[in-house]
Amino acid sequence: MSAPLLSAHGLSKAYGNRLACAGIDLDVTEGEVLAIVGESGSGKSTLLSLLAGELAPDSGHVRYRMRDGQTQDLADLGPAELRRLMRTDWGFVRQDARQGLRMAVSAGGNVGERLMGMGERHYGRIRGQALDWLGRVEIEAGRVDDPPSQFSGGMRQRLQIARNLVTGPRLVLMDEPTSGLDVSVQARLLDLIRRLSAELGLAVIIVTHDLAVARLLSHRIAVMRAGRVIETGLTDQVLDDPEHAYTQLLVSSVLAA
Amino acid sequence: MTALLTFQDVAKSFTLHLRGGVVLPVVDGVSLSVAAGECVVLGGPSGAGKSSLLKMAYGNYRCDAGAILVRDGDAAVDMVRADPRVVLSLRTRVIAYVSQFLRVIPRVSAFDVVEAAGREGGLDAATARARGKDLLARLNLPERLWSLPPATFSGGEQQRVNIARGLIADRPLLLLDEPTASLDARNRAVVAELVREKLAAGAGVLGIFHDSEMRDAVATRVVDVTRFAQARAA
Repeated sequence: MSAPLLSAHGLSKAYGNRLACAGIDLDVTEGEVLAIVGESGSGKSTLLSLLAGELAPDSGHVRYRMRDGQTQDLADLGPAELRRLMRTDWGFVRQDARQGLRMAVSAGGNVGERLMGMGERHYGRIRGQALDWLGRVEIEAGRVDDPPSQFSGGMRQRLQIARNLVTGPRLVLMDEPTSGLDVSVQARLLDLIRRLSAELGLAVIIVTHDLAVARLLSHRIAVMRAGRVIETGLTDQVLDDPEHAYTQLLVSSVLAA
Repeated sequence: MTALLTFQDVAKSFTLHLRGGVVLPVVDGVSLSVAAGECVVLGGPSGAGKSSLLKMAYGNYRCDAGAILVRDGDAAVDMVRADPRVVLSLRTRVIAYVSQFLRVIPRVSAFDVVEAAGREGGLDAATARARGKDLLARLNLPERLWSLPPATFSGGEQQRVNIARGLIADRPLLLLDEPTASLDARNRAVVAELVREKLAAGAGVLGIFHDSEMRDAVATRVVDVTRFAQARAA
């Protein structure tokens, strides 16, 4: 089996005397969707920030297999190198689209910006690719010059996905990408994420409190509680035959739909 | 020849932590095997653990003890201890599982559900399309439904989509959990014929069929699961 694309070893982070993440080990590889589930305050979002190199861990390491095949510790990368990685080889779809998009810039500009970050300067090519990606996330070409401030919640999330995927990343982090959306809008977005991640062979780490989202999208799951991963494994096995008392509580608390 | 599927002294119970740690025994000391061309049918009353055995063989349920060996080419993989990635790979290439219910993917048409399952199972696009059409037609799913998402279909129609999805690829091990429960006699006969074709092609089946006509049509052997019942824990 090939080496994982990203792996974390013993990641810990405390805020004062409260442990947000404690000794987390995980890994993900191309074509694989890993869901991190747990209630609010369980440390899921802190973990995602640690994995993305946005927060420095108190201890532990995050290693990533770069495009040249060399595995590097994120802590050894300079800030410029880390930024470049984030802008090209990684995507980050935020819960709040306002943090992931430039709200006053046109939709096309939002997508094109990442291409320009990779050194693309040809206006026609940038616009062409932006239009292509807007189409793939089902945003009409006629909206290319509108800013996301004029978009609905579901459209903003689809625009975030286009903006992130235009550079052909290998790893995409998602923080509650579907929460706050209407159910029908959610279903459409989930289908889009599922289809694109499979087609493009992406490694995806998705943080969600919604077990149905985890079941639909992920291959493997990690259940977090009070900063620790308490149960991990095949998604359907953990959800259908949960071992840990807390996972049993989570699973039994969901309303069957 | 080694079996396609072998249970070796498998035990399973559920521990309900939210109910004061009550242990629900399911099965104990399960040993059975399925060879190529064989359709082993699990018998016994409801609650005896038949579905649980299929779920364990699929890696959907864990086991407390024993081993479940699935043949993958020349190798045998123990589903009980295999890494999740290995289990997923076996599900793609080796093990097909058809339950009584179609877990519906929103917005995807019936035909696309079936065709995608074929491609995931290793068929090229043209073969997947051709087999998908052939299967849905043989299962008498009206063609006007093919382009619609199955969410609005009747139970029997959904189940025929489910069966087509489960049988389209050439996986050597089939786990069938009451696939014909919601079907009429005509469509049950079609499913029996499809299963016999799979057996003739060298596949092995571990199945649950309450309908005795269906069971008689496909079973090469019946294993009564009640003999694996655990002594009820105190």
